[in-house]
Amino acid sequence: MNEQQQTLWQFMAGQSDKLLSQTLQHVGLTFISLLFAIAIGLPLGILIARKRKLSGTVLGIAGVLQTVPSIALLGFMIPVLGIGAKPAIVALLIYALLPIIRNTYTGIIGIDLHVKEAARAMGMSKSQILLKVELPLAMPVILAGIRTATVINVGVATLASFIAAGGLGEFIFGGISLNNTNMILAGAIPAALLAIILDALLSLIQKMNFKKLRKALYVFPVVILVLGAFYALPTAYGSTLTAGFTPEFMGRQDGDLGLKSTYGLKIHTIVISDAVMYKAAFAKELDVISGYSTDGRLKAFDLKILDDDKHIFPPYYAAPIVREEALKKFPELEKTLDLLAGKITDSIMTDLNYKTDYLHQQPERVAKDFLISNGLYKVAKNGHNGTVRIGSKIFGEQYILAEIYSMLIKGNTDYDVATKTGLGGTKICFDALTNDQIDFYPEYTGTGLLVLLQPDPKIAKEMGHDKEKTYAYVSREFEKNFKIKWLKPIGFNNAYALMMRKKQSKELNVNSISDLKNYLDKN
Amino acid sequence: MIELKGISKKFGDTQAVNQVSFKVAEKETLVLLGTSGCGKTTTLKMINRLIEPDAGRVMINGEAITNQDPDMLRKGIGYVMQNIGLFPHYTIAENIALVPKLLKWDKEKIKNRTQELIQKLHLPESTLTMIPHELSGGQQQRVGLARALVTDPSVLLMDEPFGALDNVTRASIQKEFKALEELKRKTIVMVTHDVQEAFELADRICLMDKGEVVQIGTPKELLYQPVNDFAKKFLASQRLALEFKVVNIQDIWSYLPKEILKDGGSKSADLSIWEAMELLRNNDRSELLVTGNNKESKLINFEQLTKGFNQFQNGQVHE
Repeated sequence: MNEQQQTLWQFMAGQSDKLLSQTLQHVGLTFISLLFAIAIGLPLGILIARKRKLSGTVLGIAGVLQTVPSIALLGFMIPVLGIGAKPAIVALLIYALLPIIRNTYTGIIGIDLHVKEAARAMGMSKSQILLKVELPLAMPVILAGIRTATVINVGVATLASFIAAGGLGEFIFGGISLNNTNMILAGAIPAALLAIILDALLSLIQKMNFKKLRKALYVFPVVILVLGAFYALPTAYGSTLTAGFTPEFMGRQDGDLGLKSTYGLKIHTIVISDAVMYKAAFAKELDVISGYSTDGRLKAFDLKILDDDKHIFPPYYAAPIVREEALKKFPELEKTLDLLAGKITDSIMTDLNYKTDYLHQQPERVAKDFLISNGLYKVAKNGHNGTVRIGSKIFGEQYILAEIYSMLIKGNTDYDVATKTGLGGTKICFDALTNDQIDFYPEYTGTGLLVLLQPDPKIAKEMGHDKEKTYAYVSREFEKNFKIKWLKPIGFNNAYALMMRKKQSKELNVNSISDLKNYLDKN
Repeated sequence: MIELKGISKKFGDTQAVNQVSFKVAEKETLVLLGTSGCGKTTTLKMINRLIEPDAGRVMINGEAITNQDPDMLRKGIGYVMQNIGLFPHYTIAENIALVPKLLKWDKEKIKNRTQELIQKLHLPESTLTMIPHELSGGQQQRVGLARALVTDPSVLLMDEPFGALDNVTRASIQKEFKALEELKRKTIVMVTHDVQEAFELADRICLMDKGEVVQIGTPKELLYQPVNDFAKKFLASQRLALEFKVVNIQDIWSYLPKEILKDGGSKSADLSIWEAMELLRNNDRSELLVTGNNKESKLINFEQLTKGFNQFQNGQVHE
């Protein structure tokens, strides 16, 4: 336990500059959006307190916006606002709006009517009543709303890293992808502390009596502005091109680390989720992205893979990994899953991915078409001899593989199937497997080696770029350490790749990663 | 001087106020009396435009109030309400200084005037820095009165000003109120449902029912010359007590025993029967010396007082 804490501490100390900039970004994001939310929510709250008929509509719309899942909201924003700070701030603003509008409204309509009448009877004008009577008296309630909004924003701001807006989410989601608990905690603990501290500070202001509150209220907007300005600080450096890498890529030896050490690539990099990365590259928000060599969006968004001339992205086999207990429980399982072994080549996988990613066909349909054309499709037997649970990670290819396996099992055995698709990241998927939540999922030997086993760098190097050696090594180690078996490879190799828009690559005459480095060094 | 001409107001389908007209002379106190929902408060609020009438005109000092900016109009009219309506986030001093600040008085003037008022209203100096909920109900109402009086407006509107107070506090504040020199210089319209209070404080009473004026007159006129059954019944339950209050020694002078020649320590015959009775009982004296308008004095005891009052009553009934 003590050792664990120490390593977390060491991690945080080692990454202190990143931690600081992420925390500042996080605070900045939270408060910039809060500022805008107050600027919009407060007047709206006052308006609907004046014209009560509007209150239902306004609160209703704000309420509906609040229920939109945050990832979806961020996704909607990209076509309109691109990636980075703008959509993140708008999304956070939308989440902060409801508590602020609602509390301003309830705060004002909750004021003793006699006090308002007295104010009118004394000859105060409407604006004097608002500024000297209504707002001060509603202030504790309004502040409670701002407090709620702040805490919501600190939480949602972790998702901002999905669209390259930074914040502590970079550590959290990077850690989840990289199976690095210290990294997760280095993001999660400051985020939680931030929420607790801000909540406590705001509750202090909220509990002040009216006299002190009056002074505090002059300071409050200044503080928000200053904290909001934090966001502008860390983005000062840059290069002519911008790269968007996934959190997982950022932390992998066969990823950003390798790019830096082997190629000496220095590029302005932002962290972004896989789900929006391709779209952002297509929309010219990003110039270079980290993708998968079999990804259908390569074709869909007209991207070009840069030649890995120094071989830092080794090709990896994809293969199902199964718990040994499951193999005992379902004797026919291994045989059935092996039906797919060697059947899907790189080009077939890219094509299948293209069908879902670009032609927007359902994974079920793509899976069925593929099985039929290969003579593997059999009508489901609807068996009830136990249920096999299939997992998949949260990207297109894995959905298709899960569907194909599901149909194979249903058609060839008497087992029923339950799919748990869209598990967000390698760690989540693997933890589900080791904790008996799923029976198998498709994994890649490279990920198994570098992310899950995390062997001594020497051993990793020794493995080099030999597909067979890697496969043998992970098979052995998984069996020994986790009682998990690697079945026969499916056939295709999935490797990381750097990609650019075809047109841009032609214009800049950048065809390999070395070209990219040279271009960046010159410009 | 305040004048209402044919004022009407409808809320939805309800005729809250219907064709109300009256005049309040300068320095007169007119009490609007009636049950809840009779339209008295609505009538009052139409005088400072808290409510705008559907029809009719209100004139203050000869000028139609619709010619003035409502906020400016209200700054010039004192307003005291049942729920007091002090600002909970302001100190007592700030509450009192509200209108002067709106009128941009200088600080010194506000301070002096506040000091003057809290002395007149018997508020301890220490209350000035307190906030309203630290004060008792009676003290709050005094602050409410101070706030209304601070700019010394010539017109004062009061909406059930003592309604929220307990009986004991109410009686003592009413007494102070009556004795307050500053109020005697003002034209006052006051709303109440409390008959005793109306009789205690009014120069004239405007009895209202269902949005209409039933009768306007002095307390004595209401008691002895009610215009209809409603007016009669409205006062019936407290009739005797009211009569003791409106009839004074001078009224029953002729029914009292013969004059005597004795000077000094005499009370004025303006004393009401009620007050005379109180003096006779509380001070443990058997006789009271009173001096009438003709400078003659009479020595009366409790028995003679009640007998004289009864004879006066009989005379009124025969009229």
